[in-house]
Amino acid sequence: MSAFNAIGEEREIDRDEYTPGVEPQPTWCPGCGDFGVLKSLKQALPEVGKTPEEVLTVTGIGCSGKLNSYLDTYGFHTIHGRSLPVARAAKLANPELEVIAAGGDGDGYGIGCNHFIHSARENHDMTYIVFNNEIFGLTKGQTSPTSPKGHKSKTQPSGSAKTPLRPLSLSLNAGASYVARTAAVNPNQAKEIIKEAIEHDGFAHIDFLTQCPTWNKDARQYVPYIDVQDSDDYDFDVSDRAEAAEMMRETEDVLNEGTVLTGRYYVEEDRPSYGQEKKAVGELPDQPLAERYFDDDAEWERSYDLLERHT
Amino acid sequence: MSDDELIWRIAGGSGDGIDSTSQNFAKALMRSGLDVFTHRHYPSRIRGGHTYVEIRAADREVQSRGDGYNFLLSLGDSFARNPQEEAYYGNEEIKPLSENLDELREGGIIVYDEGLISDEDVEAINLEERAEENDWHVFPMDLRGLAKEHGREVMRNTAGVGVTAALLDMDLEHIEDLMEDAMGDDILESNLEILHEAYDTVNEEYDFEHELRAPTGEHDSEQALLSGSNAIAYGAIDAGCRFIAGYPMTPWTDVFTILSQNFPDMGGVSEQVEDEIAAAALAVGASHAGVKAMSGSSGGGFALMSEPLGLAEMTETPLVLVESMRAGPSTGMPTKPEQADLEFVLYTSQGDSQRVVFAPGTIEEAYEQTRLAFEIAWDYQIPTILIYDQKLGGENTNVDVDFFDREPAPDLGSTLTEEELREAAHDNSGKFKRFDYENAEDGVAPRSIPGQKGGRYLATGNEHSPVGHISEDPDNRVAQMERRLEKLEKIREELDEERESNQTYYGPEDAEYGIVTWGSSQGAVSEAIDRLNEQGHSVKGIGVSDMMPFAEQEVRAFLESVDEAMVVEMNATAQLRGLIQKELGQYGEKMTSLLKFNGNPFEPAEIVEGYEVNLADEDRQPDAQVRIEPAAGD
Ligand SMILES: Cc1ncc(C[n+]2csc(CCOP(=O)(O)OP(=O)(O)O)c2C)c(N)n1
Ligand code: SF4
Ligand SMILES: [Mg+2]
Repeated sequence: MSAFNAIGEEREIDRDEYTPGVEPQPTWCPGCGDFGVLKSLKQALPEVGKTPEEVLTVTGIGCSGKLNSYLDTYGFHTIHGRSLPVARAAKLANPELEVIAAGGDGDGYGIGCNHFIHSARENHDMTYIVFNNEIFGLTKGQTSPTSPKGHKSKTQPSGSAKTPLRPLSLSLNAGASYVARTAAVNPNQAKEIIKEAIEHDGFAHIDFLTQCPTWNKDARQYVPYIDVQDSDDYDFDVSDRAEAAEMMRETEDVLNEGTVLTGRYYVEEDRPSYGQEKKAVGELPDQPLAERYFDDDAEWERSYDLLERHT
Repeated sequence: MSDDELIWRIAGGSGDGIDSTSQNFAKALMRSGLDVFTHRHYPSRIRGGHTYVEIRAADREVQSRGDGYNFLLSLGDSFARNPQEEAYYGNEEIKPLSENLDELREGGIIVYDEGLISDEDVEAINLEERAEENDWHVFPMDLRGLAKEHGREVMRNTAGVGVTAALLDMDLEHIEDLMEDAMGDDILESNLEILHEAYDTVNEEYDFEHELRAPTGEHDSEQALLSGSNAIAYGAIDAGCRFIAGYPMTPWTDVFTILSQNFPDMGGVSEQVEDEIAAAALAVGASHAGVKAMSGSSGGGFALMSEPLGLAEMTETPLVLVESMRAGPSTGMPTKPEQADLEFVLYTSQGDSQRVVFAPGTIEEAYEQTRLAFEIAWDYQIPTILIYDQKLGGENTNVDVDFFDREPAPDLGSTLTEEELREAAHDNSGKFKRFDYENAEDGVAPRSIPGQKGGRYLATGNEHSPVGHISEDPDNRVAQMERRLEKLEKIREELDEERESNQTYYGPEDAEYGIVTWGSSQGAVSEAIDRLNEQGHSVKGIGVSDMMPFAEQEVRAFLESVDEAMVVEMNATAQLRGLIQKELGQYGEKMTSLLKFNGNPFEPAEIVEGYEVNLADEDRQPDAQVRIEPAAGD
């Protein structure tokens, strides 16, 4: 018998279950792209059959980090840049949880970038959504790692001298097994991509373009967007690493020139997830570790039985 | 300084295998019925560099490394960078001999490997002359040659042990048993041959003029030889901890390694991760998801954990962290002991911090307080930190095997089951009131675990409402702060009133003079107190473990009961004394400090000397490398 009966529950799920009661109402600015992420998640989760209480949403700090204030799952709003290590461990502690990590471009590609690289490399079975508005939203509009070169802000008054970080290429090279980009202005594609990411067995990274009309006025609203899978102008194989890499590079280059390319970029189906790898070497138990603490019949090993080596 | 004890020092280059040799020799002494205590001294290098391990053994309790030593087995440094006198570092080959002589007691024994250390080098350090002055008995032995003849050169340690046993008139039985346990058939035979050959050679070739012999004794029950790091790891296992995340850093790595090696067989999980921020954050994540989890580090790595630590405090996620001190600041002296991170660990991370800090000082305390740390952390949903120094972590001593014959305690404390959740308070929209200040008991609001039905809530480092929503409402803020702060007061009450004290007392209760100390300095202090009382002084001591909440009542009572007190700690800024003054708001004029921060732990004699200088009110510093920091107003 499981101690976690919300997990795997088979029933009709109403989208409203993901909406908190009266409070809190989202405090994002009107027109903010973050609404788009919330909306597509609320649509995607019931469609993949997940109940609110089997989902753990772990966020960082930023406007984006408020996601789980408005998405009524189990939530952990952590600290700036650290959503991934918290999320990873929760997944290891209870692999049956559906774990979604999320945060901003500053959060994930700046202060938390080390964790991003290693989580992708390790291929943890989880979804990671980066709200990429190419700006620090919450702290009022400073340059972020994805701000275009020349972008002016209060902290880079003469325009940024730095080339922006390439989130998709970085993700691929670090080892993510699912990499996609979508945009808040394209909720249907976003929903489908989120569903795929959740169902993908491995680290699924979504670079989610979220416009910030308040601080990133000179940046685009990410329209018009092009879906690389739908467009005849692009033809590449998402399971081919080299072709994916080339497509990602182009996508990152043209964004700064005003062309918004979106879609799936890389999908590696057969790579085992970290949990599977860890089980294979005998370092992760078959049963979720969290269950054991609720099992009255569980046998707990004692140090007393280890003492022979010391006598 | 009694000669009813053996203090055997084996010195060589790091890489010469003295760790495993000394571990086995210490076990052999323990099996022969003696109490043992080991001390290791090593540089932060993988190969070469002067290193030694000391084993003190006697037919009585031994709680510190003792003063000086009486038997040197010098292997010489076979990894010496540059065996020439003119080299920048000097001739390193002979250093394991030349640099160990100052502390060798009168009448002591020296065995050195003349296969490695040349006659000219020995002449150059005037060994003969010094031996005569100090009545040392010198035995040059070709350990290398002997090892080569019957096996391989690296087996010269075994030859050294054989020589030692012969000179000390020890039976070889326990040594042979241990070699049989530890070695594969391929090398066992040669090693046994070497052992016997060395043993016989000494007996045949030398007339013994020295008096030192191995003490003999008997234990009432079976003993285990283990270190503070073992004790912490074992305490964690018995507390039901099955998740550890870490990043290597000396000396914390020991605890991390022991648990990483044991967890797979126990269904536990160990994660070596990208940095210490991640390590602490993983422990928080695992605990949040319902597992008893821990992390830890040493100085610099622990500094990176400040923010996740604060997150655990604010989200009331149970967590145990260990902080293994080494000499700072910054990278400091990575392999040297110091007790200078107390203030850092008490206060790191922003806001009004609410954590529990225990500082164990002995192997038994390390085990007990680790178990307690988990219990308190999960009962009160508060991070608990164990702070200990490199010395406690690395020293081995014998403990009754029966001490560990205890029930495991995997209970998750104030965590609800789904059944209990059904009865718990929810808000109008059905969200669980995870941070319910109205129904909290002792400040504790029971928690749910993700995946449980009816337990949904938001954990956030922001100030939050009962269901976890971010809130800056002043009334809610005050109610939540007061509730969280109440936990620390309840823990203080529990520690004071319901549990056996974590403080340890030494010497006669009615003594006039007090010594206050903490952590691993307790061993040397306790011996110093015994000696002082034997010499007719009236001295007692207290070893403080409860740092937060501070052992207010007990320390106050102790200080009230003495005329004067000396606080002994391995740091330069008198951190425990400062904490006492802060917590008790007085006694600044009663407390002197005896401080040591040269990278070596206190020896009992240094504390005796510090006491004498201080008591005599002399305007001088002791001769040893320690400092007296006068009381306020002095
Ligand atoms: C350690 C730390 N440094 C800085 C901050 C301040 N801070 C909060 S959010 C943020 C950046 C937000 O940008 P991003 O991650 O892109 O999120 P957005 O608000 O754009 O969604 C910063 C610098 C913090 N909370 N913690
Ligand atoms: S500041 Fe920008 S990112 Fe933040 S809520 Fe407003 S529009 Fe959205
Ligand atoms: Mg941003």
